Amino acid sequence: MYRSAVYDEPLLNELVSSKKEKIKPLDILPDSLKRNEKINIPDIDETQVVRHFHHLSQMNYGIDSGIYPLGSCTMKYNPKICGEIASWDGFTGTNPYQDVSTIQGNLQVMFELERMLCEITGMDYFSLQPAAGAQGEFLGMLLTRAYHESNKDFERNEVILPDTSHGTNPASVAMAGFKLVEISSTKEGTVDLDVLEKVLSEKTACFMLTNPNTLGIFESEILEISKLVHDTGALLYYDGANMNAIMGKARPGDMGFDIVHLNLHKTFATPHGGGGPGSGPVGVKMKLEKFLPVPRVCKNKKEYFFDYDAPESIGKIKGYYGNFSVLLKAYIYILMMGRDGLRESSEIAVLNSNYMKKKLLDSGRYELPYKELRKHEFVLSCEKLKQEKNVRALDVAKRLLDYGFHPPTIYFPLIVKEALMIEPTESESKEDLNCYVDALIKIADEKPEIVKNAPNNTPVKRVDDVGATKNPVLTWNMI
Amino acid sequence: MKFIPNSSIKDMMLEEMRINDVEELFSDIPKKIDIKKLDMPKSLSQQNTKQRLRRIAKKNKSFYDVTSFLGGGIKPHYIPSVVKSIISRAEFYTAYTPYQPEASQGFLQAMFEYQSMIAELTGMDISNCSLYGGFTALAEAALMCTRINRKKTFVIPQNISWEKKSILNNYAKGPGIEVKEVSYDIKTGKIDLEELKKHVDENTSGVYIENPNFFGVFEDKVDEISSFVKDTGSLFVVGIDPISLGVTKSPGEYGADIVIGEGRSFGNPMDFGGSSLGIFACKKEYVRQMPGRLIGMTKDTDGKRAFCMALQTREQHIRRGRATSNICTNEGLCALASVSYLSWIGGNGLEKLSRINFEKGQKLAESIELIDGFKGIFSGVHFNEFVIKCKKDANKINKKLLRRDIQGGLILDTWYPKLKNCMLFGITEMHADADIEKLVSALKEESHV
Repeated sequence: MYRSAVYDEPLLNELVSSKKEKIKPLDILPDSLKRNEKINIPDIDETQVVRHFHHLSQMNYGIDSGIYPLGSCTMKYNPKICGEIASWDGFTGTNPYQDVSTIQGNLQVMFELERMLCEITGMDYFSLQPAAGAQGEFLGMLLTRAYHESNKDFERNEVILPDTSHGTNPASVAMAGFKLVEISSTKEGTVDLDVLEKVLSEKTACFMLTNPNTLGIFESEILEISKLVHDTGALLYYDGANMNAIMGKARPGDMGFDIVHLNLHKTFATPHGGGGPGSGPVGVKMKLEKFLPVPRVCKNKKEYFFDYDAPESIGKIKGYYGNFSVLLKAYIYILMMGRDGLRESSEIAVLNSNYMKKKLLDSGRYELPYKELRKHEFVLSCEKLKQEKNVRALDVAKRLLDYGFHPPTIYFPLIVKEALMIEPTESESKEDLNCYVDALIKIADEKPEIVKNAPNNTPVKRVDDVGATKNPVLTWNMI
Repeated sequence: MKFIPNSSIKDMMLEEMRINDVEELFSDIPKKIDIKKLDMPKSLSQQNTKQRLRRIAKKNKSFYDVTSFLGGGIKPHYIPSVVKSIISRAEFYTAYTPYQPEASQGFLQAMFEYQSMIAELTGMDISNCSLYGGFTALAEAALMCTRINRKKTFVIPQNISWEKKSILNNYAKGPGIEVKEVSYDIKTGKIDLEELKKHVDENTSGVYIENPNFFGVFEDKVDEISSFVKDTGSLFVVGIDPISLGVTKSPGEYGADIVIGEGRSFGNPMDFGGSSLGIFACKKEYVRQMPGRLIGMTKDTDGKRAFCMALQTREQHIRRGRATSNICTNEGLCALASVSYLSWIGGNGLEKLSRINFEKGQKLAESIELIDGFKGIFSGVHFNEFVIKCKKDANKINKKLLRRDIQGGLILDTWYPKLKNCMLFGITEMHADADIEKLVSALKEESHV
């Protein structure tokens, strides 16, 4: 079981103090730009630097530490081989503007990865440029606008979203200048076709959907949804955050989606790095290809090359060609998994999720609002615990830390009260799933004051995040 | 199957769940779209995968095979082993965004230190803990200016990277921000001050300049620009190459409101352009309009110092459609590499590094300008990049250099038609004197052919 080390680790500027010092200005520089004082960053010996960050790392939980069932985040094991290969000089030492004859390996990776992602999703083309899922969504919205405008359809300024959507969806939609229309879900936790039909109009640019949705429920009426949306001339967008549920089982392209984004740092096992770098490739159907960002990677008889000849392209969304190091790791992962491995990943991810769900439901401690069959994730409610013992989802999450586990996503989706959103992924063994389930059951039976005072086995006790927002201290100079 | 521990006990688990077939768990997928198999190769062993990737990597030529003098932003920098060691710690490498602060104190503290150092470097009060890259950082800055002052024209110099410009234009569309370009002085390579003054008025949300600019030239009229930008009530946004800040003033010292830049050069490899690290710092009065994640210092219930994500009420997972940006995953590990790098190099080291880059930049430019058929075209003082006009066809020169395992400068005329046969050269501490000599002698020979 994971146990965090506990250090009172000083800040770097407390480790070695740094003071303002005059330096000899660089004569040749214009006076207006000459620096006269040394940058006030401490000069620390290498040994101390290493120990400092080593200590910090020992107070941080990663997927290598244990189960990390954050719903909608797909925290699966990151194969070591991917990181090792991606650190070879042959890849890391290449410059994006090098002569094309000297980067044939990189282009091959990008070209083949694009084909792989097309096959997995059933789309026709992919852009590998977006740096994260949210940027993929934003690109999707730019493509949506470009598509309608090229059809001289200038009135379409609304994007419809279900009330279960990820927070990035409405944020990306708003950033792209569209008006948000949020629709409520059915009692089953799925898209309400009647409501959808009512809000669809000649103003609708796009309907954005996650399938399976954030409750982990597959939208079985997807073909009907697709027909409704397309009949009004709008596009259908697929948020691929939950793609880990259906690889090799079903494809967004076959469901009728026009635009898809994937999260390589979720479904394709690239490490999340404490919050990036990620990668959010965007796939489209044929009719949207001409709007994709430049350059596209193409191949002639002789070699791979970059194609910038796309007059209707939206241009660029991210510098160069996207987060190549992440693309490379995902490419390696897909090669190793192959068609059977990817399908098996999704099958076991769904099996693990339903296994945990059943055990937790059988325990009678937690409730599962909405439909029972789930895919790779499920959302429990702690409402009963709250009513009976005043124990909230937040308390359960913090108490899990004492048991050495990373908590699930909490308070999301918003339509479930006191939500625990659990996504075990295919990486966990039955024993680990059982331990997690046991911990959740034990916590429900514990005295409320124990749970409400958790965590106690962590380097710090419950952190005052309200205070951090009220009086923000964001640098050591602000202390 | 590898990486899937329950593969071998699937049937046992199904039995325990009283399910006959795993397909039952997928019974909610309509038959019409149910697929049996992907049209892809079967799995490859780890050993075979590695062999295959070795062959692919050999089709590339890295900086260690071909000495590159490309300018345009990305250049090789030395990465101390310490950095690689720290960012390879799996506790960092395999962690998610620190939503649970009690289990993420290590990463959170490191990000707090990153923010502190970036604030110090840029002369700003605060910094966020990364954006996707220097290019999107400019776009986010433009959006932030409009959020702050509700004005809708953003002014940029014409001579910024064309990629950056394209990204900015895409981000500006949503809120309807008009992007105005100010041309550069063809003699100095600096922004045309008179034209800038004409473009800035009471509708201007912000004015952006780069130091050094895309041509490697320092914009020295910063005080003048800063004061009239302020006079019109707009915001002053400055783009930086962080390596140059060891010898130049921080933009905070000349009145910047927002500072952005590409932070890759602190401890991150070129990686074919990605991953990248967007630096984003500003004055503290604008904190609530900032994009991206912010890490703050606070206390735990015992009153002990602790760290957590602060001001999350600006962010998409709380505020959804009214968030200041859609940022979720950013570039955490690249920021960790940067803070490790800065701790290792220190203030003194950074000053030295900055001087070396400056001096190498001067030396290479002087050496090339001595060669027949090559001349510098801008009179402004430059850092470690500079523009050279070639008498002959620049593309042909680069092809010839490549045969000698040299990658010449970035050819500019595709994006800057006025700069026909001009190359943007770049050099760093990674280039030895021998590399300069190699380039210079190759250029000499080519100029005589």
